[in-house]
Amino acid sequence: MQRIINFILRNRSSLLYLFLLAVALLLTVQNNALHRSRYFNSANWLTGSVYSASASVTDYFGLRQENDKLLEENRRLRMWLFNSEARDSMELDTSGLDYQVMTASIIKNSYSEPDNYITIDKGRADSVDQDMGVITSRGILGIVEKASRNYASVQSILNSKSNINAKLAGTDYFGSLTWDSRDYQLVQLEDIPRLVPLQEGDTIVTGAMSSIFPENIPIGTIERFSLTESQSFYQIDVRLFNDMTNLKQVYLIRHRDRDEILQLESDVANDL
Amino acid sequence: MTYNYLLAGIRFIALVLVQVLVFNRMNLFGFVNPMVYILFLYWYPVRENRTALILAAFLLGFTVDLFSDTMALHTIAALTTAFLRYPLMRFVFGVNMEFQNFRLSNSTQVQQFTFLALLVVLHHLVFFAFEIFSLSNLLLILKRVVLTGLSTFVFSVLLASLFAIRRE
Repeated sequence: MQRIINFILRNRSSLLYLFLLAVALLLTVQNNALHRSRYFNSANWLTGSVYSASASVTDYFGLRQENDKLLEENRRLRMWLFNSEARDSMELDTSGLDYQVMTASIIKNSYSEPDNYITIDKGRADSVDQDMGVITSRGILGIVEKASRNYASVQSILNSKSNINAKLAGTDYFGSLTWDSRDYQLVQLEDIPRLVPLQEGDTIVTGAMSSIFPENIPIGTIERFSLTESQSFYQIDVRLFNDMTNLKQVYLIRHRDRDEILQLESDVANDL
Repeated sequence: MTYNYLLAGIRFIALVLVQVLVFNRMNLFGFVNPMVYILFLYWYPVRENRTALILAAFLLGFTVDLFSDTMALHTIAALTTAFLRYPLMRFVFGVNMEFQNFRLSNSTQVQQFTFLALLVVLHHLVFFAFEIFSLSNLLLILKRVVLTGLSTFVFSVLLASLFAIRRE
């Protein structure tokens, strides 16, 4: 017994190292294994308050640009409004609408890692929840992965785990949007069949298969495309409309019937 | 003694803040972010208790991970570097280490830089080796190791000379 205790005491730093290494490895595995099982992320109160303190200072540097973006978006929305028929311009009752939209500000952005996460300044207290879609005025941004009380962590489309339903604008040919971690301006669209006529510069938008995003939110344009090795599908590089390095204001989207859709889908899967 | 702990605490907080608020946003060439928090291991007193250093390194890595959403990559790298710090110092400073009054500040500049460079190399090797698991692109990883390593070293040398340890 004495010798065992002596052994432990003598090698205490090595043993401590091994123990902490095991803890760290466990965290890594836990973090990579399952989507959404991350307990530790930058949406907790400590990192959240540091980042929002820093954002409250740096926000001022981009005000003019943000104003221009908002003005441009308002112009576009007004143009739609004036050209759409019969709709009352001030619809006050929003309870009947399929999609609910909220706003938030980004307090931490990242785009240089293989797996990027964005932190925003709204959380459960503002009824932000897992699996809400996040977009900017220019296009798609990501999906809320975890929300704490006052902050939420968003899985960016610049994340190797990201997988979003997308389609060729104006058609119903759809595929999945992924990222190969190389260039923060280019994402990849997969599973578009060979018979689809493609052209460089074609617009890619979100598809209708998603219960997270509404259809036809802009994503980007086709930069280049080639056939995969199997010669039956295209591998497409999509240049994003969003400048991922310069983001500030975002919109959060919630589909009113998402729970119902998911319930239905899992029921069908269980019946098989 | 108390002074040392206080100093280490201040360095800990300052380095984490500088790392996450300044260097994590640097994105040189689009993807290079120097990891200057490694200076904590460089500045840590030579004769202090090793167990405390390992615990501190774990906490340091964990905090940086928390801020950068790279769960446990920084932790593993900082922890391993802290564990191997003593052998590295033996290698760089040799017999000088035996003297009771040995300090980082009374070794030569070449030795200091070699020590810092070895810390950076070790840390980055571990960090990017673990990043490979989640990414299969070897060439990209190598490019990141070399460029990030160089930039970490340059910025660390700048910071280290800016906040030089007092000569005694």
